[in-house]
Amino acid sequence: MAASKLSALGAWLEQRLGLRPLYEGSAGHLVPSNAASWWYVFGSATLVCLVLQITTGICLALVYVPSADQAWDSLQYLDFEQPLGWYLRGLHFWGSNFMVALMTLHMIQVFLFGAYKYPRELTWLCGCLLFLCTLGLAFTGQVLRFDQDAYWGLGIGVSIMGRIPLVGDALTSLLIGGPIIAAETLTRFFSLHVFVLPGLVITLVILHLRMVLHNGINEYPTRGRGVDPERYDDEYAELIERTGEPFFPNAIHKDLLFSAIVMASILFCAAVFGPKLPNGPPDPTLIDTVPRPDFYFLALFSVFALLPPYMETFLIVYVMPVAVLLLFAIPFISRSGAKHPGDRPVAVAGVALVMTVVVTLAVLGLSSDWSPHMDAWKQVAVPEKLVEGRSPLELRGALVLQAKQCRNCHALDGSGGKRGPDLGDVATRLTEDQLIRQVLQGGGNMPAYGKNLSPPEVAALVAFLRTLRPPDSALAQDPVGRLGG
Amino acid sequence: MSDEPRDTPKAPALPPVTRRSFLFKLGLGLNALAAAMVAVPVVGYVVSAVFRTRVDQAWIPLGAIGDFPERQTRLATYRNPFRVPWDGTTADIPCWVRRVGGERFQVFAINCAHLGCPVRWFPQSGLFMCPCHGGVYYEDGRVASGPPPRGLYEYEYKVSQGALWVRGGRIPTLSQTV
Repeated sequence: MAASKLSALGAWLEQRLGLRPLYEGSAGHLVPSNAASWWYVFGSATLVCLVLQITTGICLALVYVPSADQAWDSLQYLDFEQPLGWYLRGLHFWGSNFMVALMTLHMIQVFLFGAYKYPRELTWLCGCLLFLCTLGLAFTGQVLRFDQDAYWGLGIGVSIMGRIPLVGDALTSLLIGGPIIAAETLTRFFSLHVFVLPGLVITLVILHLRMVLHNGINEYPTRGRGVDPERYDDEYAELIERTGEPFFPNAIHKDLLFSAIVMASILFCAAVFGPKLPNGPPDPTLIDTVPRPDFYFLALFSVFALLPPYMETFLIVYVMPVAVLLLFAIPFISRSGAKHPGDRPVAVAGVALVMTVVVTLAVLGLSSDWSPHMDAWKQVAVPEKLVEGRSPLELRGALVLQAKQCRNCHALDGSGGKRGPDLGDVATRLTEDQLIRQVLQGGGNMPAYGKNLSPPEVAALVAFLRTLRPPDSALAQDPVGRLGG
Repeated sequence: MSDEPRDTPKAPALPPVTRRSFLFKLGLGLNALAAAMVAVPVVGYVVSAVFRTRVDQAWIPLGAIGDFPERQTRLATYRNPFRVPWDGTTADIPCWVRRVGGERFQVFAINCAHLGCPVRWFPQSGLFMCPCHGGVYYEDGRVASGPPPRGLYEYEYKVSQGALWVRGGRIPTLSQTV
């Protein structure tokens, strides 16, 4: 009988390898049957992404040259000459995006299900460290794509460090490996990205999983039932005894399906959208550049633009580290009590608030309306209908508006920079005197143009601005003047 | 109540020192010493960048002063004097030179004082604009608009032998201006 021979071979192997206890203590550990839920698939999918990142990362390191003078060229080679180089770069890029996104979902789910509470406090702490390390990998990885964005992204990092009192300068030098961004900066980030951070992540993942096995996976929360640290261990043991089943093969099916979908999505994105190509070479003298971070740092990028300047340093240097510490401290602040999100409206509202803020900031970061549109003055024409039938003086004003780069900050009927208000209806808001004063003296975040405009230019510009109003709307009136008149 | 006589103090129960326990402790001690001896140079190596044992600023020529027209602002670049051969293009550092008049100059760092992005000069409107968070400066480096907490960083300069020199080599930040 073939079957009995096979089982005899199996028994022989098991006697020598002793894999059964290993299996029972790991993949085969018992989980509550209600933990086999679609909500519990994000952690395993993040792990799958990590494996993909390590694999593709090693492949990229076979070709990439971590040297400031050749990194950019080696990326061009990877993207356009090395067979399948573009695809592996795409997998690594999309893998990182998916990893950050899935890890965030995992964290939200764990928080909403109260899984961080007794006895899983350290598992949460370990997860927070993993979150920080992964963001560290994202930032260092963005630097290895050694292009203009990488160079100026480093500049932003350096400037943030430089705001820290007393040790700011020392931290800056430690970060970039010297007094200025140069060769040693790239090798430092390479070392962090391929040795230090992955080593940390692997160690922390082992610790994280060890604790998941040791304390058991969080049971699916029930309404009205909370955690009482005195009784929880017995209750969990009882639950396992009643409904426990081995994670592999009984409870893993949803993780398998979801991970396969994630993997297929990454493969699809890499094949269809490809990798993020480096933009211009990391030459700081090429200043016609508009640095933007990858999506995971867009929200932060927006914060720096939108905060009132006086609270900026305070927020970056003090509030953000405290916020991170608070994240770590969540299980020690709320160690017991309700787990089900339905019983924790404040927790749910908190997640909704944080996510709304982060997503809104990231979306605002995409268009970065606070930044002048650097080329609007030579690329975005004055809409034709705004110059039709205007007097020579008013037309001259339209030219001044264009030539003095007003359009970099001011749109006309929606086209142009968004830093200042749209001027399409400015004549309904400001009187002639107010327009002159605003142009000459600036104010309200507008520079003063007094030194850069001759009186005839001001007269022409204001004449043109006075024509900018929707048809049938009234010109702005000076209430004081009207009373006096 | 003890049966033992009170006046005979009990000998403290020290574990016997065996050859094994002695060697164990000696081994631990020697390994700790070895770890420290490895750690000192390793940490020293990593943080050496902080202690700036090397000079990191030098006078660098930006060109003949004739290259900078009066009352105009021009982009100048210099090679970082402390470069290594594999720095590539990162050794080329740009700066804005404004010739106020005669031998009076202002040499601005390219980095916005807000978060270090490269500011661009617009001669038509006489403004420096930053592409990151909307910082705007007047031609003399004062903040005109936006979030920068101070004006543009200015290099120390001198005019010598008909050339303009600046003291450079560092990236300017709020805690270490050029």
